[in-house]
Amino acid sequence: MQNAILTQTETAVRGRSQWADARARFLKNKAAMVSLYLLAALILFAIFGGQLSRFTIDEIDWQMLGMIAELGGPSVENGHYFGVDELGRDLYARTLLGLQISLMVGIIGAVVAAIFGTLYGAVSGYIGGQTDSIMMRTVDILTSVPFFFIIIMLLVVFGQSILMIFIGIGLTNWLGMARVVRGQTLSLKNKEFVEAARALGVPTLTIIRRHIVPNLIGVVVVYTSLLVPQMILLESTISFLGLGVQEPQTSLGLLISEGTSTMQYGTFWQLGYPLAFFMLVLFCFYYIGDGLRDALDPKDR
Amino acid sequence: MTLLSVENLTVRFETPDGTVNAVNDLNFTLDRGQSLAIVGESGSGKSQTVFSIMGLLAANGRATGRAVLDGQDILNLPPRALNKIRPEKMAMVFQDPMTSLNPYMRLSDQLCEVLIHHRGMSKRDALAAAVRMLDAVRIPEAKTRVHMYPHELSGGMRQRVVIAMALLCEPDLLIADEPTTALDVTVQEQIMDLLASLQRDLDMAMILITHDLGVVASSCRDMLVMYGGQVMEYGKTIDLFEAPSHPYTRGLLSAIPRLDQQSDSLVAIPGNPPNMMAPPSGCPFHPRCSFADAGCSTHNPSLAPYQDRQRACLKSAEELS
Amino acid sequence: MLNMIIRRTAVALPTLLILVIVTFVLMHSAPGGPFTSEKPLPPQVLANIEAKYGLNEPLYKQIFMYLQGIVTELDFGPSYVYKDRTVNDIIAQGLPVTLTYGAWVIVVMLAVGVPLGMIAAIKQNTWIDYLAVGFSILADLLPNFIMGPILILIFTLWLGWLPGGGWNGGQWEYMIMPVIALATSYMASITRLTRSSMLEVLRSNFIRTARAKGLPERTIILRHAMKPALMPVISYLSPVFVYVITGSFIVDAIFSTGGLGTYFTNAAFNRDYAVMMGVTLLTGGLTILFNLLVDLLYGWIDPQIRY
Repeated sequence: MQNAILTQTETAVRGRSQWADARARFLKNKAAMVSLYLLAALILFAIFGGQLSRFTIDEIDWQMLGMIAELGGPSVENGHYFGVDELGRDLYARTLLGLQISLMVGIIGAVVAAIFGTLYGAVSGYIGGQTDSIMMRTVDILTSVPFFFIIIMLLVVFGQSILMIFIGIGLTNWLGMARVVRGQTLSLKNKEFVEAARALGVPTLTIIRRHIVPNLIGVVVVYTSLLVPQMILLESTISFLGLGVQEPQTSLGLLISEGTSTMQYGTFWQLGYPLAFFMLVLFCFYYIGDGLRDALDPKDR
Repeated sequence: MTLLSVENLTVRFETPDGTVNAVNDLNFTLDRGQSLAIVGESGSGKSQTVFSIMGLLAANGRATGRAVLDGQDILNLPPRALNKIRPEKMAMVFQDPMTSLNPYMRLSDQLCEVLIHHRGMSKRDALAAAVRMLDAVRIPEAKTRVHMYPHELSGGMRQRVVIAMALLCEPDLLIADEPTTALDVTVQEQIMDLLASLQRDLDMAMILITHDLGVVASSCRDMLVMYGGQVMEYGKTIDLFEAPSHPYTRGLLSAIPRLDQQSDSLVAIPGNPPNMMAPPSGCPFHPRCSFADAGCSTHNPSLAPYQDRQRACLKSAEELS
Repeated sequence: MLNMIIRRTAVALPTLLILVIVTFVLMHSAPGGPFTSEKPLPPQVLANIEAKYGLNEPLYKQIFMYLQGIVTELDFGPSYVYKDRTVNDIIAQGLPVTLTYGAWVIVVMLAVGVPLGMIAAIKQNTWIDYLAVGFSILADLLPNFIMGPILILIFTLWLGWLPGGGWNGGQWEYMIMPVIALATSYMASITRLTRSSMLEVLRSNFIRTARAKGLPERTIILRHAMKPALMPVISYLSPVFVYVITGSFIVDAIFSTGGLGTYFTNAAFNRDYAVMMGVTLLTGGLTILFNLLVDLLYGWIDPQIRY
């Protein structure tokens, strides 16, 4: 009965298309909207913030060396807006680079995982039968592989480059996506409209393109957006251990790690700025992902 | 003697998209040992009516009015006071037996806890009483079955268990909310027979919610027809069946397929039940009523005595013939 | 039951085999092999070393020998960097530390997260609920490598109450900060998971039945709602275990606790492939074992599942 009431309210709203409906729900979600604007600002900053920088990432300010704790703090006059690190390098330039890398790892990593996972899951679900069970058993097996270790091995063997991080993180996080997409495809495959299309003799590829993929987009978008903060977290964890990108390149995780090791000398800016940006990025992606899930997949409302 | 009297019962739900008026100004009485059928399409407010009486409304639901059971207004009683009344004076059988039993507890535990809590019985006595009650609802091998989990029983068996659970404290009033909709047709009849015979044997009053009018005819003395959260017609079942005076009741009755009459097609009431977020103006039934005129869309008729029954319709008997 | 264990093992074996093969292949695709360093060794010496570690054998034979060592004697072979220590020695030092505080982390997570989530669900839309939800949101932004430094900053540098690192045989003042740092973020997830699953259970039909039975709210929650609400939390323990192992590397780095992470990270820096491989295989095996335990626990609690 409770459900009957919900169903009724839903039919009242159903007048709009599914996407307009989702958009309206997303726009109403305050946390998600704030995060969206904030993220846009962060991305703009990551792209154009370099214009303001007066130093490069590996330029050592010799005047500061030895007196970092006294002179190295944030200052607009000397151009070190965020201060300098323990080697006298400009923290503004370095934080900016870290931000760029975190955003890139998050977005590109998630997109790579999404593409691979979607293809794998859609194929497995649509073909079904023996192929499906073999492909899914493979996913089961791979799920128990400790990927964190494999990524680190990849980095150790092939060198600690950003590209290697992309490959490692992207290629090891598609399993969940594959499962989700496969389940969705399986249920779509048995829907009346797909069966009708098949009965009419529409070619398989056309069915996948016209009926399966458009109906998968919602779940893929939601899952990808939820994957982004996980990617960022994973990269930062690896970088924090010093096994990620190599000096003089840097990332937020590495900067936080350096800030941690020097905080006992009172140079708190060295921890504070990277930390603030890191938390902002995570915050934005969490709430955008959450908002997208509520908007596109309102099952658990 | 009156057991339950419901006066001006109104149920509203606050939802993110607005207020839903599930039940509007409902009145009825039920005598001891008698049975009343509440009939209507899904969404007509039948279930919310009894949920409000049982104190089981969802958190966003509010009920106003009075529901006097055995001299006490039980509507909106605090849980502690309500828990003395249910299931001792009133109990309920739910729609879907597949989900209304706790899948993680043995039947014995689910049955015994009622007796232990309300009757202060020992575990051993409670178990014996539970087995007796399972026997009474005709569950074969009750002694063994009582130790099973719900998933080990069929749907019909589970509904019997739910009925047994409701009857453990021998309530004065049993509310059955579409007790057979989720079951196979053959099992439906068994469950209805069981309920009817138990009602007679235990001298309980019963409110039966259903949209199966065949069941109503055979088992309930009174009948209340709801539409869009309001009562359309209320009276003795036999009177309503013989001469339905409300267009909606007529529609419902003519929608029953009959074996004894030659007919070419099933008659259905055209249109859909109203959206309770935005109910139609005037009489809720007017958009689907073939007798409706301009007055019906502006005036909401109230329930008034009419011949041998009560009825809410603006049209006179002549106009409806 | 036995069936399930056999099925699980059937998945576990190929997993471990894949792990061994992948790690071996990775190691051998390293340019120059594991003993290349800045100062090139004379070819003769290099050949001797490779012969000692069996690296001159064909790959399949090495894999076979390695597997044989593990299966027959649980022997992960010698370290490539420390001449006098085997991988087993290193694991024996690190593993107990990791397992000790790891166990505490899981206990703390559950002991705080589950009750908090339950209370939040029962008192939905009250200040307790908002507080619990707020806490879980904040904790999302505080992953272990941020919690760790913040804890040190507060309790070591400012208040001076707790030692900023070390293990010291696992005394509580050395353990408390690592455990909190590691527990916080997943504790928040558990809170949220418990809350939403409890809310769902409280809306379910069988809880309505229990209410209709006139049972007191306490009985309804503890007897009827608790178990089903905990089921998703139990399934969640598998990812929690993986997280605790991964996170322990961070904790070892921040607090110098000397767990497995210390050795793995060092091995990664020193290109000690034998240690990396050993630790990877060990944690892979432990993960599989833990998943098995979780499955057993789940089946034991849920009467609808019979293996």
